[in-house]
Amino acid sequence: MRNRLTPYLFVSPALLLLVAFGIFPILVAAVISTTNMNISAFASWSNVKFIGMDNYTKLFADPTFWQALGNTGTFALFGVPAIVLLSLGVALLLNRSQSRFFRSLRAFYFIPAITAIVAISLVWGYLYNTQFGLLNYLLSLVGIDQVQWLSNPLLAKFSVALVAVWRGTGLNIIIFLAAVQGVPKEYLEAASLDGAGEWKKTFAIVIPLLRFAIFFVVVTTTISWLQFFDEPFVLTDGGPLGATTSASIFLYKQGFRLNQFGYASAGSIVLFAIIAVITLIQLRLRRADDEY
Amino acid sequence: MSISSARRDRSVAHRQRALMVSIGAVLGVGALITAFPFIWMIATSIKPQQESVEFPPTILPQQPTLEWYVHLFTDLDFGRYLVNTVIVVLIGFIGLFLMAMAGYAFAKFDFRGRRWMFFLVLATMMIPIQVTMIPTYLILNGMKLTNTLVGIALPTLVSGFSIFLFRQFMSTIPTEMLEAARLDGAGEFRTFWQIVLPMSGPILAVQVVLTFISGWNSFLWPLIIASDQKLYTLSVGLALLNKQLAVNPGLQMAAASVMVLPILIVFIVFQRYVIQGFALSGLK
Repeated sequence: MRNRLTPYLFVSPALLLLVAFGIFPILVAAVISTTNMNISAFASWSNVKFIGMDNYTKLFADPTFWQALGNTGTFALFGVPAIVLLSLGVALLLNRSQSRFFRSLRAFYFIPAITAIVAISLVWGYLYNTQFGLLNYLLSLVGIDQVQWLSNPLLAKFSVALVAVWRGTGLNIIIFLAAVQGVPKEYLEAASLDGAGEWKKTFAIVIPLLRFAIFFVVVTTTISWLQFFDEPFVLTDGGPLGATTSASIFLYKQGFRLNQFGYASAGSIVLFAIIAVITLIQLRLRRADDEY
Repeated sequence: MSISSARRDRSVAHRQRALMVSIGAVLGVGALITAFPFIWMIATSIKPQQESVEFPPTILPQQPTLEWYVHLFTDLDFGRYLVNTVIVVLIGFIGLFLMAMAGYAFAKFDFRGRRWMFFLVLATMMIPIQVTMIPTYLILNGMKLTNTLVGIALPTLVSGFSIFLFRQFMSTIPTEMLEAARLDGAGEFRTFWQIVLPMSGPILAVQVVLTFISGWNSFLWPLIIASDQKLYTLSVGLALLNKQLAVNPGLQMAAASVMVLPILIVFIVFQRYVIQGFALSGLK
């Protein structure tokens, strides 16, 4: 008889790691969020006290938390449509020809998606530099004065988001391309015979058939904007005046700069709840849409 | 067919061609803009300091120099950061092996608890890192693993999605082959090592490339876990360079190039696997 333990031996190392670093931390976060835990806990655990919902009350009264949530919302509101439309548009155009030239272009669009965000952010920081950045030089050619890409609160939001848009399109182009190639040729040929032009075919046939891919990209892009971290961290460190502090940056600063573990955990639970609710709403919308 | 309709056909074909050329031009310009920051990075990395802060900027380096690369590896500790990054990537490959084992068990064994364990695997795909960030730090701290390379690699060592991909692929391996190996007296682990893994070539290739990329680029965990400079990875060393030397773009761009160029090479060599891997991630 074969050993019945075998499958467990195969599964357990990976599963233990997943539980230890995926599931268990959520429980820990929930517990810590009801305590006043901070750096003093490392000196003695007796410094940790149960304080109930105090962290949450404090959190909802904290204007910097609301600012971070507001920023995250703004990023998502503009960033999601930007990434989805841009990558859909490029994918549809790239699909127009199977020539070598068109195929080789794909790689260019894809590269930002796999390179380190830290390195990329540095390069953009250099491009954005007020005194010697290339962007300001190009603008000076058309007579526009020095632009404060990263130190004007409003503009900094745009600059930081632009890097993320630039980075976020590559992967979604690949997903859309794979989906476009799955559209049956017969449909398009039939439409052509009926005299439909390119625009009509794109909007009446291709895009409706891409519904699932679009939905998928919208959900994953929304989630990634809600977790937005690396670009503002490197480019602006959340500034100026907190204008680019996303929810994740807020949590990082509370947790690892100020060592307010309890308070930051409460914030992370709130962010988790927001992400879960938005994802559920999107899934529900999708289901309602399917009924037609 | 009349002459006029033939002419019309030709003019339609002509228009189509012109349209295709202009679409190609638009896409070409877009691709150039997308790739430009990388070109700029490499060009600046070989400019002397004065040239890199010059206004108006020079597009091509006038006096190319490798001094910044030398500086990174002699005066700064980038040699050590590079070694640390490679070690983190290698530890990641151990994780890959564990995930392949788990995927195999989910694909080819029937055992009590399989369903809920697999559900657990899928559930972890939906948990954002921000929620687990602080508790994971505290857990690693409790295990005395903060400030170690193992601690940096552990939180992302296994991912639910990779286990899922392995399971999907390994389900297609014919069970008869496994039975044949067992009849020949091969142990369970040998069957896995000598039959299952070699037959999983395509998915392994995709996952090896993805593991390399994510390990090489990882930023948040090295940043949180490594407080000792001796344990910095390239990404953390690079991020701190931003704060220390805001006036020396050449050095920054050289450091960024050290991070980006290996990924570009991997991408060019294994392009098929990379794109396939990311297209698969669209299926989850």
